[in-house]
Amino acid sequence: MANSSSYNDKVVRQFAIMTVVWGVVGMLVGLIIAAQLIWPALNFDLPFLTYSRLRPLHTNAVIFAFGGCALFSTAYYVVQRTCHVRLAFDKLAAFTFWGWQLVILLAAITLPLGITQGKEYAELEWPIDLLIAVVWVSFAVVFFVTIGRRRVKHIYVANWFYSAFIITVAVLHIFNNLAIPVSMFKSYEIYTGVVDGMMQWWYGHNAVGFFLTAGFLGMMYYFVPKQANRPIYSYRLSVVHFWALIAIYMWAGPHHLHYTSLPNWAQSLGMVFSIILLAPSWGGMINGIMTLSGAWHKLRTDPIIKFMIVALSFYGMSTFEGPMMSIKTVNALSHYTDWTIGHVHSGALGWVAMMTIGTLYSLIPRLYNKERMYSIKLIDVHFWTSTIGVVLYAVSMWIAGITQGLMWRALNDDGTLTYSFIESLKFTYPYYGIRLLGGLVFFSGMIVMSYNVYMTVRKTRPEPVAVVQPA
Amino acid sequence: MSNLWSWFIIAGTIVSLIACFWLVAYANKQRASDAEIAESESHVWDENIRELNNPLPMWWLWLFVGTIIWSGAYLIYYPGLGGFGGVGDWSQEKQYSDEVAAAEAQYGPMFAAFGAMEITELANNADALKIGASLYQNYCSQCHGSTAQGARGFPNLTDDDWLYGGDPAQIEVSIVAGRTGVMPPLNAVFGSDEAIDEMVRYVQNMADGMDTSSPAHTKYMQLCVACHGPDGRGMQALGAPNLVDDIWLYGSSPTQIRKSIVEGRNGAMPAHGDLIGNDRAHILAAYVYSLSN
Repeated sequence: MANSSSYNDKVVRQFAIMTVVWGVVGMLVGLIIAAQLIWPALNFDLPFLTYSRLRPLHTNAVIFAFGGCALFSTAYYVVQRTCHVRLAFDKLAAFTFWGWQLVILLAAITLPLGITQGKEYAELEWPIDLLIAVVWVSFAVVFFVTIGRRRVKHIYVANWFYSAFIITVAVLHIFNNLAIPVSMFKSYEIYTGVVDGMMQWWYGHNAVGFFLTAGFLGMMYYFVPKQANRPIYSYRLSVVHFWALIAIYMWAGPHHLHYTSLPNWAQSLGMVFSIILLAPSWGGMINGIMTLSGAWHKLRTDPIIKFMIVALSFYGMSTFEGPMMSIKTVNALSHYTDWTIGHVHSGALGWVAMMTIGTLYSLIPRLYNKERMYSIKLIDVHFWTSTIGVVLYAVSMWIAGITQGLMWRALNDDGTLTYSFIESLKFTYPYYGIRLLGGLVFFSGMIVMSYNVYMTVRKTRPEPVAVVQPA
Repeated sequence: MSNLWSWFIIAGTIVSLIACFWLVAYANKQRASDAEIAESESHVWDENIRELNNPLPMWWLWLFVGTIIWSGAYLIYYPGLGGFGGVGDWSQEKQYSDEVAAAEAQYGPMFAAFGAMEITELANNADALKIGASLYQNYCSQCHGSTAQGARGFPNLTDDDWLYGGDPAQIEVSIVAGRTGVMPPLNAVFGSDEAIDEMVRYVQNMADGMDTSSPAHTKYMQLCVACHGPDGRGMQALGAPNLVDDIWLYGSSPTQIRKSIVEGRNGAMPAHGDLIGNDRAHILAAYVYSLSN
């Protein structure tokens, strides 16, 4: 078979397998820091095992290693299938794989050593930031040249979302990390004071919006109709919610800085556009869930569909919770509490991880010329561990967070605070325990998945897949 | 904010809101013909990926429109549109000062009444002690511990040993104005490691009587006596600790004593007067006084 008549699935396979690997690693680090919150001695007085250094390792590993590999893998797969053409530039695509793994490796070394910019979700120091920029621009070149070479007129909706994700993440990464290096491992941001804060959360919230939402909506728009074998519910809805989503997300960052030195007007605009974001976010949920109408019976037999439908449900719930928490009066209660942690994880575990897991179970057999995964039963086991895990996690953090918020503001008759901080911490302990249990249950599913994936791909020598002729 | 930036923000915001509204209205109003719908539904990708072209769900549409209308109203009432402060005259600074003023109006007289009482009297007043305990847990327990027994570097408040004095007035000064205790680093003035070791042993055993035969005694009388006194009992005016009791703020091990001598120590009790007000500090002083009296 001529090279150009087959898909480049090698890079897709590499990223798909590493998604599972980094998922296990990233969530394991999460478990360790969840345990450290209960038993602080678990850092063994070693600087590189302290919570302060492992926490950024956890967030970087799950977002950029696990989530990032999943997005690379599926973007490369989907763009080839929906453009009916082989991925552009084999070598550049291979570079993005090895370059991204190098970024992850460098992060795994530098973060525990305490080498950090001190910006949340943008901790990596400037040499690594430059490498990320090069890899990302290469990703964009591979992706957009492939789109340019497409053999169908219409660009499928999944590709719109992947495009928005790739372009915006490049812009966010570059502008948030503008810094002046003073040594190999230290640089200072060019922004100061509240402007730095605003840049950071412009980046931070859009990392959620474009990395963890738009990118994974791209994944959803291909793998849900593919797995359900049903048409997308509404093209029109996808147009409206796509443009509204990418236009409005850009404004929402200031809701992370309510009641700070950020000017009142900026806080208000962040809040207002966060509220408007509700409907555009839900557009994706409606399109995903309604795509399954007429195929509901598959929920009984196909655990992959179950993963996807629960992921979409958590997406809908998190994107309702987010705008609600952006309202100033709600935020005054929720900010700085574990409610935020619960919110993030219902999105990260419920939406991002479950959509990724469902997608991988759909994708991996196709990449290895298999009909299906080694064990459907184990996918079902994984589905239940994931669902129970995320529910335990989110519910425990809701209770902990809301109670913390209420305890911190409770007043005695004499106007003094009813509770000291330590009392709210004491209250939180059992819920930290439940959260750890939830994490453990979720993580155990990842181990089951690793086994299932290993059994599926072992001893196979995947054959190239011929490019499908456009209909 | 200059007028130009203000108008820039206003224009950007309003254009965005109108664009959202237009997007919804356009997508909803444009009732595609059957032929157009059929055309869009005829696209097929990768063998079986298709799209229907169902109309926008009405409840979703109204949710979207509703949030846009609500946002317009919010931005009229609250600050948001550049330099326009909103008709509601709200700002976080104003909310804060209003809430502080309301709290002062409600609780101020009660605190003023307590503030006028003697500390020794307050120390026996159950209501005052309850307030004091609550204030203590929120402002003091982070360093002095929730049972007020201190920690290394942070004095125990329940015993009879006071760096700056345990009289009601002295305690109140400590809380209102704070204290800064400085033990200067003396590494440079000792000629040798042995001389430092000698001094460590001398200081550690001082409670058993001063060893006047030790070479360290001569040094003590030159370097330490000014603050810790000729008898080693310290000086409250400077916050210099008593060296002949068995209470050691920074630890009694040779390592810790050596560290105190070689590197010095900097004790800081932050001033709380401006933070909590003098009346609350007064009640707090009574509470702390009550812990040891």
